[in-house]
Amino acid sequence: MAQGVERWVLAGTDYVYPRTTNKILETYLRDKGVAEADIMINYTPFGHSDWQTIVSDVKKFGSAGKKTAVVSTINGDANVPFYKELANQGIKAEDIPVVAFSVGEEELAGIDTAPLVGHLAAWNYFMSGTSPENEEFIKKWQTFTKNPKRVTNDPMEAHYIGFNMWVKAVEKAGTTDPDAVIDSIVGVAVPNLTGGLSAMMPNHHITKPVLIGEVQADGQFETVWETPGLVVGDAWSDFLPGSKDLISDWRKPMSCGNFNTATGKCGGQGS
Amino acid sequence: MRLYLMRIAFALLVLLTLPGLSQAQSGDLAAGIQALGDGSFDDRAKAIEALAATGDPTVAPALQALSDGDLYTKPDGTVVIGRGGGNGLLLFDPLNGEQVGDVGSRAVKKVRVNNNLRRALRSALGGLTLRSPDPEVRRSAAEATFKARDPGMIDLVDRALETETDEDIRQILAEAKAAAILNSPADEAEKIAATVVLVERGDRDALSLLKGARSGAEGELKAALDKAIAGIEQELQLWGALQNVWYGLSLGSVLLLAAFGLAITFGVMGVINMAHGEMVMLGAYTTYVVQDIIRTSAPGLFDYSLLIALPLAFLVSGSVGVGIERGVIRFLYGRPLETLLATWGISLILQQAVRTIFGPTNQEVGAPEFMSGAFQLGQLTITNNRLWIIVFSLLVMGVLMLVLRKTSFGLQMRAVTQNRAMASSMGIRTPWVDAMTFGLGSGIAGIAGVALSQIDNVSPNLGQSYIIDSFMVVVFGGVGNLWGTLVGAMTLGIANKFLEPYAGAVLAKIFVLVFIILFIQKRPRGLFAQKGRAVES
Repeated sequence: MAQGVERWVLAGTDYVYPRTTNKILETYLRDKGVAEADIMINYTPFGHSDWQTIVSDVKKFGSAGKKTAVVSTINGDANVPFYKELANQGIKAEDIPVVAFSVGEEELAGIDTAPLVGHLAAWNYFMSGTSPENEEFIKKWQTFTKNPKRVTNDPMEAHYIGFNMWVKAVEKAGTTDPDAVIDSIVGVAVPNLTGGLSAMMPNHHITKPVLIGEVQADGQFETVWETPGLVVGDAWSDFLPGSKDLISDWRKPMSCGNFNTATGKCGGQGS
Repeated sequence: MRLYLMRIAFALLVLLTLPGLSQAQSGDLAAGIQALGDGSFDDRAKAIEALAATGDPTVAPALQALSDGDLYTKPDGTVVIGRGGGNGLLLFDPLNGEQVGDVGSRAVKKVRVNNNLRRALRSALGGLTLRSPDPEVRRSAAEATFKARDPGMIDLVDRALETETDEDIRQILAEAKAAAILNSPADEAEKIAATVVLVERGDRDALSLLKGARSGAEGELKAALDKAIAGIEQELQLWGALQNVWYGLSLGSVLLLAAFGLAITFGVMGVINMAHGEMVMLGAYTTYVVQDIIRTSAPGLFDYSLLIALPLAFLVSGSVGVGIERGVIRFLYGRPLETLLATWGISLILQQAVRTIFGPTNQEVGAPEFMSGAFQLGQLTITNNRLWIIVFSLLVMGVLMLVLRKTSFGLQMRAVTQNRAMASSMGIRTPWVDAMTFGLGSGIAGIAGVALSQIDNVSPNLGQSYIIDSFMVVVFGGVGNLWGTLVGAMTLGIANKFLEPYAGAVLAKIFVLVFIILFIQKRPRGLFAQKGRAVES
């Protein structure tokens, strides 16, 4: 938005995560006054490898005289042929940038990223972070995999945080009994790899920084934007009619993942 | 002759004036370049504009370096150009290009750019290099100016038009000027003239520009713009249909390549080979290994890596195929269900083996120079790798036809498949022919893997995504008939690509599947059914 983008392509793999994300995004964009004609939504099967039509559709959509960007929730292997096709058809990040929600260092490892410099990705962690914890972690990981070129990515950081939190919660509870650990884990804070403390919230989501990175020619991301502080994870989107009224709080006595504030009951989308 | 003299005179004039200019301005330029390294993105965008406004080509290397991510700041704040080499980075002065240092890569800080800055850089560089001596540089500069649509550049473009001699570049410059005029507060008549120039260009960029201009237009200009937009759109629609055919052919050729091997193992021998996809994958991994070796030991050969990989992939997949036939399938002839399960198991073993050796992640297979990029045919963007894959699939088909029709091995193969007992009593070693046929089919699949490594992931799962499609093509085209495979693959490819824009990729695939199910009900033997006694038995 800050870059003056007026037309949006929401492209995703055809399953629940991209469909929900795009629903949230669409409602959000419409709230911000983007017209329906300026949003194009496209889904593809898992492992889709022939992107010619879709990339040329994006090109066509982008030639309406308004600045266009692609938000990609394309998952896994389908990304490599997608980015290859973008590069081949000459779509540069300066003209139509692609913001990806699920492309990390590991996915980029299979492509020549030189033609993709400038495309963006949103994550909570990038391997290029310079905190001492991160450098330590990368060193350990590369020794463990016996591969000095092996990359790290955001899901790995999530496990690093998650495991350390569990360890702390077990220490606090003094037992590995799951129920006791669940009670003690709320409020536990451990260092994350971006150089801050991540804490467990009552809704069982944790606080993390949100980063936007730019693809570099060496397959790494360079952080170009970050939230000033940590962001508290929200269990239910405020932008969707079905989940607007839901909150999650696992502390006693509520202990409910989908408490409906409108009906006052635990148990989902009561409306 | 007169032109020649004029050029000499002009060159002398430039030589005479340049030193004077640089004396006076080099101070300003150095300050301008310092400003690139510091401040917010917006500040630096202004610095770029200021440098572009000087119109002095000596700042172009620094701007180019910034756009390539080669500009660094030293701890004391001086801006330098850094290139890999020496102890890490060799540092150069951004203005005169002299080497000023040799440091580790952590001693300097990279100047960050974002997409807004890249855009600004592109148009600035376009303006600065419009009169470069190299026609290719001038061409891309003209294209960049066209994309910039900056009214402030009209003067620069006019000056470039005065000296430009190449007709094509003049055309682009004229279009760039028209684009700038449409974006400027020029009067109506001038803008209408600009519209006419842009209609001639007739591509998506022009359309985008005209559509952008329409929002603020009135009266006659609006009418002219509307007409121009309608004209371009109509023409693009025609090209759109052509583009669908092209995409269809390209998808068809990929299917064809993947299906050839199966057309032999399944079509000719009747073996339901679920490990077919893994033969393709082995071919792709062979390409990766070949490229990896070439990268480390003989980088000069990189452009030939695919050519080197082709025979190797054929050998690797072919010998694995022979091994599978000799070790497993030959005990299972005439028992399709067991063959299916056994080959399915083999496919899992092969996948896991590759995963263990190479790891679960995608491997990078580079594209040789002649296969990367694209060219423009009218309004059609043709990507080189797709073009080569179409050519390659037809070549493979031709060679395969020759082997089957013109060699004694092909003759024996057909004899064995038509009547095994008779062929055997004629002295043909049927087990040997079986093994070779299966090897040929697998080897062809390996070759397909070399081509597919250019457009798909090289990962252990590569084969899985092609096995269903391959069976579809072979069954649809008619078992045991290569022409049927060709027609089947192309039909499915084109049908898929015409459905995709309307129905979306997911539905298009479903429609094609439903169509094939219905088709098989009507014609169980496919498009080109084989006739004769062998088929009936």
